[in-house]
Amino acid sequence: MIDKASKTLLEVRELRATVNGVEILKGLDFTVKSGEVHAIMGPNGSGKSTFAKVLAGHTAYEVTAGSVRFEGKNLFELAPEERARAGVFLAFQYPIEIPGVANSQFLRLTYNTMQAQRGQEELDPLEFDDFVREKMKLLDISPDFLGRNVNEGFSGGEKKRNEILQMALLDPRLAILDETDSGLDIDALRIVSQGVNQLANRENAIVLVTHYQRLLNYIVPDFVHVMEAGRIVKTGDKSLALELETRGYDWVAAERQAAAVVA
Amino acid sequence: MSAVLKKLISQPYKHGFVTSIETDVAPKGLNENTIRMISAKKNEPEWLLDFRLNSYQAWLKMEEPKWPNVHYPKIDFQAISYYAAPKQKAKLTSMDEVDPELLRTFEKLGVPLHERMALAGVAVDVIFDSVSVATTYKHKLAEVGVIFCSMSEAVLEHPELVQKYLGTVVPTGDNYYAALNSAVFTDGSFCFIPKGVKCPMDLSTYFRINTEESGQFERTLIIAEEGASVSYLEGCTAPAFSTNQLHAAVVELVALDNADIKYSTVQNWYAGDENGVGGIYNFVTKRGLAKGVNSRISWTQVETGSAITWKYPSVVLRGDNSVGEFYSVAVTNHRQQADTGTKMIHLGKNTRSTIVSKGISAGRSNNSYRGLVKIAPTAAGARNYSQCDSMLIGDQAGANTFPYLQVRNHTAKVEHEASTSKIGEDQLFYFAQRGIGAEAAVSMIINGFCKDVFQQLPMEFAVEATKLLGFKLEGSVG
Repeated sequence: MIDKASKTLLEVRELRATVNGVEILKGLDFTVKSGEVHAIMGPNGSGKSTFAKVLAGHTAYEVTAGSVRFEGKNLFELAPEERARAGVFLAFQYPIEIPGVANSQFLRLTYNTMQAQRGQEELDPLEFDDFVREKMKLLDISPDFLGRNVNEGFSGGEKKRNEILQMALLDPRLAILDETDSGLDIDALRIVSQGVNQLANRENAIVLVTHYQRLLNYIVPDFVHVMEAGRIVKTGDKSLALELETRGYDWVAAERQAAAVVA
Repeated sequence: MSAVLKKLISQPYKHGFVTSIETDVAPKGLNENTIRMISAKKNEPEWLLDFRLNSYQAWLKMEEPKWPNVHYPKIDFQAISYYAAPKQKAKLTSMDEVDPELLRTFEKLGVPLHERMALAGVAVDVIFDSVSVATTYKHKLAEVGVIFCSMSEAVLEHPELVQKYLGTVVPTGDNYYAALNSAVFTDGSFCFIPKGVKCPMDLSTYFRINTEESGQFERTLIIAEEGASVSYLEGCTAPAFSTNQLHAAVVELVALDNADIKYSTVQNWYAGDENGVGGIYNFVTKRGLAKGVNSRISWTQVETGSAITWKYPSVVLRGDNSVGEFYSVAVTNHRQQADTGTKMIHLGKNTRSTIVSKGISAGRSNNSYRGLVKIAPTAAGARNYSQCDSMLIGDQAGANTFPYLQVRNHTAKVEHEASTSKIGEDQLFYFAQRGIGAEAAVSMIINGFCKDVFQQLPMEFAVEATKLLGFKLEGSVG
C-alpha cells in the first residue's frame, strides 16, 4: 500500500540504548513510511524486543545516543502514555495479567482515553459494549473476553488476540508487534494475521518483530530487515525472509565479513 | 521504584492541622487518682468508678502483647495525659453554642455540625480529644425511641442500659489495651435501638485527636434489641505531630434476636511521615456479640491511617443461625505497620461467617492479616468462608497472612482462599502503553482489588473511601 502520498512516520537515527549498563542497541537506523509493513528479524539477543520497548518508552531502558522522530516530533520528549496517545502501539510479547480489573472496563478506559486525545466522542458502557462486540466479531474473538479480568488466566493465544483487539480499538498510526506469532498454533496465527491485515491501511504502518518466516506467509511485508548485535545489517524484500529461513542468520554475518574483506 | 510510583504514594496528609483552642488537659501520668479525677469530672456513679478501678488493677497485672507483627519502642504510660477537653460552656443547649473554632475544624474535615448543613440522613456524634462536643439529630431519633448520645451522657441519663451491657462483650480484663481503656475511657458514642425499630438514619461518630500529648480512649456501645437494625459509621483523623499518640478504643456491639448491626469504619489517623516519625498507635478492641437467633453483625473497615494498627473486629456467634461478616481494606505506606484481621467465634448452630480481607502495602510498610475462625463443639452446621488477598506496590513492602482455624465440630464447613499480587513497573507500563497514566492505572487496579469490600460500604462512605485510597496511594507508583 505504498504510494506517492506516503509520509514518513518514524525516523530512527544512530540509536543507542542500554539496559543495566549493557549496551543493546548500537547505532540503529530505521525509517517507516505510512502504508508500509516492515518485518524485523534476527537471532535471539540481537536487540529486536529492546528496540520495540525503547520506542514505547519502557523505563528499564536508557537511551544513550541517537534520535527518534515520530511524525516529526521527538519521541523521547514524550512519556510512555503520551507516545501511546500520539499513536504508537506495542503489542506485547508477554502481555501482563491485571487481576481484579475487568477486560471490558480496561478496554473502555483505554479507548476513551484515545478518543479524548483525538477530540472525539467517548462512549458510555452500553455504547462501548455494542462497539467492542462488533470489533470482536471481526477478529473472531469470543464475547467472554469482556467479562474476564485483563489477561488473567488467558492462554498464550488468547493474550495475543486480546492485544490485537486493543490494536483494533485504538487504531494506531504505528503498530509494533513484538513476536505476536510466538506461541500461537496455526489457527490462532491465521486469525491474528487476518486481524492485522484488516487493520493495515494507507495511513498507518506496521512493524513485525519476529523469529519466523511463517508469520510472513500471512502478513506480507514490504521490507524485511535483519538485526544483529543492536543494528540493522541487511534490508531486503519478502524474499530475504525466505532466504533466512533456508540459510539461517550466520549466512548474513558471513556475507558481511566477506564484503568487508573485499573492500 | 519509578518516579511516578513514588509521586503517587507521597501525597501529604490533608487533615494534619491543629486547632488552636483552649484545652483543659490533665497532668501526665496514670494512677488511681487519675482515674478518680476522670470519673469525678464526669459525675459518674459509684459502680462505674469501681468498674474503672477494677480494670486498672487488672491492667497492672497484665503484659503488653508481644505477638503482633509490629515493632515500636516501649510506650511510657506515665508520659501520656489521660484527659483533654476543649474548654466550653458547661451545658450546650444548641449547636449555636459550640465554639466556632470547633465548628470550623469539623467543617474543614468535611463533617458539618449544623443540622441544616449536615449530611442528609446521617446523625453525627463528634468526639474531640477526650469528650463528645456535639450530637446531631438527637431529638429526631428520640421520637422513634433510638438513643444516640455520647457515652458520658448515657452514663448519666440511661445508667441502667449502660450498666447492663458495658463490658459484657469485651470484659475488662480481655486484653492489655482493653483493660487500659476500661480504666481510663473518657467518652465515645452510645446507641440503643429498641425492639422492632429500624433506625431511620445512619448513625455516625467522628473522632478527632487534637492534643499532642493526650491519648484517646473512647468507648462505644451499640445495642440492637429484638428485630432492630442500625447502620453505624465511624471516621477518624488527627493532626500531624512528630510524636506518637496512643488511641486505645473499645467498641462493643450487642445484637439480640433477629437484630442487625452494620458497623463501617474509615480510619485515617495520621500515619507519621515517610520516615516513620510521628503517627497514631491504633490499638483497638472491637467485638460484636450476635447474641440472639438470626442476628447479624457486619464489620466493614477501610484502614488507611495510623503508624501502627492493631485491630481485630470480631463476632461471637452465639445465637443459632446468626451471621458474622468482616470486610476489610487495609492500606499501609511508607513505614506504617498494620496487624489486623478478625475473629469469628462460632458457638450457635448453623452460624455463618464471611471474611474478605484486602491488604495493600506500599513504600516500606508491613501489612499483616491475622484471623481466627473458631468452631465450637456446639456449632453444628457452622460455615465460614475466608478470602485474604494481599497486594504489594513497589518492591520494599511486606505482606503476611496468619490464618488460624480451630474446628471442633465435624459438621462444620470452613473454606480459606488467599492470594498475593503486585503492582509493578511492568503493569504500569502496560497501562501507559495504552495511553493510561500511572494514577489512573493504580486507581483502577486498587479499585478492582477492593471491589468486594467497597460494595459493602454505605454509598457516601464508599465514595469517600475510593477518594481516600487514590489520595493515599498517589505517589506510591513510580
